[in-house]
Amino acid sequence: MKDIAFGQYYPVSSFVHKLDPRFKIVALITYIVAIFLANNYYGMAVCALGFFLIVLCSRVPFKKVFRSVKGIFVLLIFTAVLQIFFYQESENAKVWQWWIFTVSDESLLHAGFLVLRLALLVMVASILTFTTTPVALTDGLESLLYPLKLIRFPVHELALIMSIALRFIPTLMEETERIMNAQKARGADFESGSLLSRAKAVIPILIPLLISSFRRAEELGDAMDARCYAGSKVRTKYKKLKFSWRDLVGLLVIAAIVVGVVFLKRFGAV
Amino acid sequence: MRIQAERLSYSYQAGSSFSAYALKDVTLTIEEGEFFGIIGHTGSGKSTFVQHLNALIKLPTADKKFKPKKPKKGQPAPVYPSLVIGKYDLGDKKTNFKELRSKVGIVFQYPEYQLFAESVYDDVAFGLKNFRSELSEEEKTVLVRDAISAVGLDYESVKDASPFDLSGGQKRRVAIAGVIVTRPEILILDEPAAGLDPLGKKEIMELLHSLHRDWCKTVIIVSHDMDEISENCTRAAVFSHGELKFVLPPSELFLHDEELKALDLDIPVTAKVRLALKAKGIDVQTDFTEEDFAEKVLAYYKGVRA
Ligand SMILES: Nc1ncnc2c1ncn2[C@@H]1O[C@H](COP(=O)(O)OP(=O)(O)O)[C@@H](O)[C@H]1O
Ligand SMILES: [Mg+2]
Repeated sequence: MKDIAFGQYYPVSSFVHKLDPRFKIVALITYIVAIFLANNYYGMAVCALGFFLIVLCSRVPFKKVFRSVKGIFVLLIFTAVLQIFFYQESENAKVWQWWIFTVSDESLLHAGFLVLRLALLVMVASILTFTTTPVALTDGLESLLYPLKLIRFPVHELALIMSIALRFIPTLMEETERIMNAQKARGADFESGSLLSRAKAVIPILIPLLISSFRRAEELGDAMDARCYAGSKVRTKYKKLKFSWRDLVGLLVIAAIVVGVVFLKRFGAV
Repeated sequence: MRIQAERLSYSYQAGSSFSAYALKDVTLTIEEGEFFGIIGHTGSGKSTFVQHLNALIKLPTADKKFKPKKPKKGQPAPVYPSLVIGKYDLGDKKTNFKELRSKVGIVFQYPEYQLFAESVYDDVAFGLKNFRSELSEEEKTVLVRDAISAVGLDYESVKDASPFDLSGGQKRRVAIAGVIVTRPEILILDEPAAGLDPLGKKEIMELLHSLHRDWCKTVIIVSHDMDEISENCTRAAVFSHGELKFVLPPSELFLHDEELKALDLDIPVTAKVRLALKAKGIDVQTDFTEEDFAEKVLAYYKGVRA
């Protein structure tokens, strides 16, 4: 339960770790746009090259990054199968037929392209969470969303809610495990039985979990009140976000990827 | 039922690079009828050990996918941890673990946080529903009533109350009733007095004694409070960094004050006073219970005056 690969900070010091979280968020969005702009294998190769470069500079083991694809593995297979069998090929495509299925070289190329695109998407997004602490991530988001304050959108509160939620995920996981163990010791069975009985078995976990979450929330609220927490108006930051030369280098890399992809579009779609 | 653990080892991050052992090569026998204490500082593996006794943590050999490793040439066959409780072999995947869990009850730390049902009655009956579904409603009612009375609550006045409306101490008693309702032969309590005031602690310990007397043959408590151990336990095991350091009756254990100090553990008040007296040249032999200690000191004074 504890080693869900996606969304876990990997604590090493690297070039990518030291980038400004705001830049990383914007860069991720830009990279995703680039992936969608890429319409042929040349463009995708540029994206993949950029991806390998980023992973190398982040010192996160490739194995860990690749593992983040596991979560969408079924989706990938599904996409590939749909593409292979339902792709409308042009007249000069090489076609193999078997029973009601038609497979062509074009459909295979197309399916591979889509799978690559999805996998890259997920892996690059996982790099962001591997290299950025949840706190830095919310700080970055808050700073990026700052303009929304003009229309009275509660940006600071939203960021706070997010960071509290992130902070409490491991705590709640631990709590869930504890409660599950306690109910198992009283004979609760979560693994066998019909779907209905298994759904019912969740109640003895869910209710204590909810109650303890409310209790924690109340305690946290009291603790914040006791420290005179008053939100964004009077609060200053302990760690100020600053752009550095690293962000400039990063910017160049991302720009190169986008330019490369746009340039390579001239070779036509897959 | 007798508990026999041999070479018990466990790591939470099996296979990962930082696989520190939460439990390391623990061999320990707990006899039927004991009031057994387990002590050790936080993170020393106490909870990990007691979770083994209830098969919440299973031995590697009890895993469905387990296949014994073939020994390499010239090397002895690998020895696996083993744990036998009464007639149940916890290292065997064919053991009826559900039945075992009804015989070995475990009350976790802060058990009041796992209450969930609408009424005290339903919460206490949860274990019966799971373990003894063959019983009729009347039989269940008798068992639930006995369990609630055994923990010192008034059955008629609490049975329909919501467990969440009770006081902290009462909730804890309800949670204990929910475990003893299946009449386990071994009752394990992980820090049963944590977070209670001194009076509450005393009451819980009295409750455990009454349960030990006429409800569960063996009682095992995990505790930080050395006075609790010296007053109540027949024997105590000391854990440190997952290893078993001592298994001794309190009367002998607290003579090792230097070693216990090195393990960051406290000693009971009686042992401290005994050391202070010893420093003044007065040597009192005691089993470290308050009563015995007072008697021995009194006897010493009478001897001096005579
Ligand atoms: N669910 C868990 N996952 C990972 N590590 C754990 C877990 N529970 C305990 N540990 C680790 O195992 C060691 C022993 O813990 P535990 O048995 O709970 O000690 P104690 O009960 O004596 O405080 C500690 O180092 C603790 O951090
Ligand atoms: Mg513990």
